[in-house]
Amino acid sequence: MSIFINSASKIIVQGMTGSEGTKHTRRMLASGSKVVGGVTPGKGGQSVDIDGTSLPVFNTVAEAMTATGANVSVVFVPPKFAKAAVIDAIDAKMPLVVVITEGIPVHDSAFFYAYSLQKGTTQIIGPNCPGLISPEQSNVGIIPADITKRGPIGLVSKSGTLTYQMMYELRDIGFSTAVGIGGDPVIGTTHIDCLRAFQDDPETTAIVMIGEIGGDAEERAAAFISEYVTKPVVGYVAGFTAPEGKTMGHAGAIVSGSSGTAQAKKDALEAAGVKVGQTPSETAQLMRDILGR
Amino acid sequence: MDLYEYQARDLFEKHNVPVLQGAVATTADQAHDAAAKMGGKVVVKAQVKVGGRGKAGGVKLAVDANDAKEKAGAILGMDIKGHTVHKVMIAQAAPIVDEYYVSILLDRSNRTFLVMASVAGGMDIEEVAHTAPEKLAKVPVSAVDGISLAKATEIVTQAQFPADVAAQVADVLVKLWETFQSEDATLVEVNPLVKTEDGRVVALDGKVTLDESADFRQPDHEALVDHDSTNALEAAAKEKGLNYVKLDNGQVGIIGNGAGLVMSTLDVVAYAGEKFGGMRPANFLDIGGGASAQVMADGLSIILGDSDVKSVLVNVFGGITACDAVANGIVQALELLGPKATKPIVVRLDGNNVIEGRAILSAANHPLVEQAQTMDGAASRAAELAAK
Repeated sequence: MSIFINSASKIIVQGMTGSEGTKHTRRMLASGSKVVGGVTPGKGGQSVDIDGTSLPVFNTVAEAMTATGANVSVVFVPPKFAKAAVIDAIDAKMPLVVVITEGIPVHDSAFFYAYSLQKGTTQIIGPNCPGLISPEQSNVGIIPADITKRGPIGLVSKSGTLTYQMMYELRDIGFSTAVGIGGDPVIGTTHIDCLRAFQDDPETTAIVMIGEIGGDAEERAAAFISEYVTKPVVGYVAGFTAPEGKTMGHAGAIVSGSSGTAQAKKDALEAAGVKVGQTPSETAQLMRDILGR
Repeated sequence: MDLYEYQARDLFEKHNVPVLQGAVATTADQAHDAAAKMGGKVVVKAQVKVGGRGKAGGVKLAVDANDAKEKAGAILGMDIKGHTVHKVMIAQAAPIVDEYYVSILLDRSNRTFLVMASVAGGMDIEEVAHTAPEKLAKVPVSAVDGISLAKATEIVTQAQFPADVAAQVADVLVKLWETFQSEDATLVEVNPLVKTEDGRVVALDGKVTLDESADFRQPDHEALVDHDSTNALEAAAKEKGLNYVKLDNGQVGIIGNGAGLVMSTLDVVAYAGEKFGGMRPANFLDIGGGASAQVMADGLSIILGDSDVKSVLVNVFGGITACDAVANGIVQALELLGPKATKPIVVRLDGNNVIEGRAILSAANHPLVEQAQTMDGAASRAAELAAK
């Protein structure tokens, strides 16, 4: 098992004909993901040849789903067109939409998130995220597939590179699923959604949760862990040295007044019984101690 | 991006939110002329992006233009909580009979927009929320639905605005929503929203925060950027498209890839630095995914141009990026920089093609560069070198 995606996931790529879309479609295919087509409005009927695999291009997500049976969409569309692309996927009742695009205006992401809630048939991951991977099963987005293997650890993180770093630190043990939920102020899938799914996933025996400054998602996750999660969780929070009022790379990574600080997040997690590491390496060691490996 | 009060006033005016006359001045003479043009009493208000300016003496009533000149002269150049006053706003004075509060903001916790409204305006709204939460109406607003007149009326009723101003306040809310949405704002706040003696409802002071991710469709926002108060290194970095933040009291320059990893690197350096007399990170710099030689050279030159920096830590995890490409970038960057590169550089590479990457750096054998095997080890060594 795994969460959100598995070997049966059939993926379409929105923005496949763009340079980023093509590049990552190639990488997803190379890692064994079932990419079945792409969507670019106005280019329907064409096909894209990637290393010998010919992938059909459709004008809309609905057409792509009808023709291919796709149940996951990954969005590489530039910020300007991302809102329309995600709405197209929601209108088509695509079950899972993974939005990789960075730099989407927050009014647009707030809109498509609210729209997905109204429709009630689409789960969004991201935006501004690296996607998710269930190693040796499926890889949706840009997470390198060759860092690690399938295993018992579930990972949820706001940050792409910290996801890679943690997968690398624990590469000999392996992961059920690693989910990069994204660093924007409004995201579709939260730490809590992933924690719930990992708790309910029989393959996952322990969870790593990586947070960063800004908002109160980690504090909420801590409360959720107290009431719902019985599997061991280790945590890491980035941004202790970030000054107030400065955006640290991710649009959502900002301390405002006394809210959103790394210390508050660490304290909340520890109060919920989560062991929190001071560095990524120390966090990995905490996981090793728990698993006895 | 946070706007100054006068910029917020101008945006409100553009979207037909009722405001009083206002003008910005950078000299006492300009203040005089603006006040003379308005006639009558004016308020001279320091333009700083920090609260508490009234208590600090940054807001003064002036009886006429000459008085405005004198008051502006006193306020310009003042220091308010570390912010020097470079501009004042000359605002028409109005007899006020009541003060209210309204705002629309992004509510991150609930992933929606939120309207807050209160008849207890003029004071710190967080204090109202704390001491008299029943006086603050909080109403979620869906990004899909926005604020119609019906929704605005519902909010005004919930906040118990008096009947004689209810319709006007509802109208203000609809127009503030138009401002919020069409300007890609994440905050529009009016505090206070006032009732004047003649019964009008007017936005007297405002705060606006704009979403910089929307700059591509907001060409007018460039003119609102306050270049004067931007750090010179940050400005230079922005020009080169680098994601850079200068940090105070730091000695270790940081370059990394990915926002999360760079934030983490800063923290790890600060921990390691405790052992070396409190060495701290001097900056945040994320060079992103494709760390080309040019990007690396641009990044290094910004960091080496910071006189606070005593050593540099390059921390890259090759996910999509290959470490050999990063290593080549570092070598070429040092060639490009030549004698301008003067500070020791600790490099930690891991991940994709790490063996090739480390071999390239070893072969180049640059006297300033040394490699570390782990992130924690690299941070410790960079802190040690900075303390020398």
